[in-house]
Amino acid sequence: MTSIDLAKQLKTRFSDLISEPVEFRKEITLSLSDAERIGDVMVVAKGELGFDYLVDITSIDNYGEDPRFTLVYHLYGYGHHCHLRLKANVSEEKSEAPTVTTVWRTANWHEREIFDMMGIRFRNHPDLRRILMWEGYPYFPLRKDFPLAGRPSEMPEVAFTSTAPMAGGPFVTIAGGKDTISREPRVRIPETDSLGMNARVERRKDIQKSHGRAHGPGPVDSRTKNG
Amino acid sequence: MQTRSEIGYNSKVEGDVVVTRVDAAISWFRKNSLWPMPMGLACCAIELMAAGASRFDIARFGAEVMRFSPRQSDVMIVAGTVTYKMALAVKRIYDQMAEPKWVIAMGACASTGGMYRSYAVLQGVDNILPVDVYVAGCPPRPEALLDALMRLQGKVAREPVLSTLKVA
Repeated sequence: MTSIDLAKQLKTRFSDLISEPVEFRKEITLSLSDAERIGDVMVVAKGELGFDYLVDITSIDNYGEDPRFTLVYHLYGYGHHCHLRLKANVSEEKSEAPTVTTVWRTANWHEREIFDMMGIRFRNHPDLRRILMWEGYPYFPLRKDFPLAGRPSEMPEVAFTSTAPMAGGPFVTIAGGKDTISREPRVRIPETDSLGMNARVERRKDIQKSHGRAHGPGPVDSRTKNG
Repeated sequence: MQTRSEIGYNSKVEGDVVVTRVDAAISWFRKNSLWPMPMGLACCAIELMAAGASRFDIARFGAEVMRFSPRQSDVMIVAGTVTYKMALAVKRIYDQMAEPKWVIAMGACASTGGMYRSYAVLQGVDNILPVDVYVAGCPPRPEALLDALMRLQGKVAREPVLSTLKVA
């Protein structure tokens, strides 16, 4: 019993609903065309195919595309040691999907996190409320139109938020540089990203030219200067 | 130790006597028994525990009494990331501490928000509390925390006591 066999069994059960299995690096992904039928598919996946462990449910914000959200379910079976991934699209107008807590109880908190971070509601969820942020927080932080620094909000006696000072950040590693110095997290200048260089590295060459060294004085330098 | 000044007191007969000011004495008592309120929120709490354990021994400074009750503590050591969700709870516990009280912001997250420049993390506990000593590090070594404690002791020793006494 391999993942691809189980995926094909699921596909034959719901042939109109599920796409052909896609394989990528030995991981099988199935796409559902209708998020409303997730309940039926999951009951079969757990009951007949033995996927008794819901590893994770997560959501993707395809900002700018329609449907806007994608729900991703990761399944695993302790009996047959096989993983499976199922994707279902949810449009922004609807922003709703049926819950799978009746199939796996662990979906409770996963769906609460999706509601908190992305704003997708789950019908028939036993306790749908925010889990990481607090009740009454007005935004959904993991949406692509929400800035990393956050937005100011105020709930007296509960919590407040303000915008974090970014100071040129976020400081992320820049992929594809020729060495670790060029990949180091620095202030990013978008024009230099595509050139495969790190603006800070170029500035280092300017500093070398003008000061005779590429970095500030370290402890050894200051000691020899004074002593 | 023999007293040198003319105070009509013979220390050889009566025992050793130190003549000092009330301010100095009270500050000495306070600084050598700073009981921490460990607001251990994240990874810095582990280093706080390490400072309290035997190798680094915060008990040398009289601060091993980590009372988790704010009513019985002098210094709040904010060790860890203060999220916006937790911020008002930290403020409430600080308000419950009795005067005189001090705050040590331990680690990068408590000092300035650390590596978490985001929507959920308070960018420094000094947005809600008056901080006396900041400790840099992620996490700071226990010796760094003890150095901060010693600096705080220096600050406590310099504080005037009688002149700032709050009379009910």
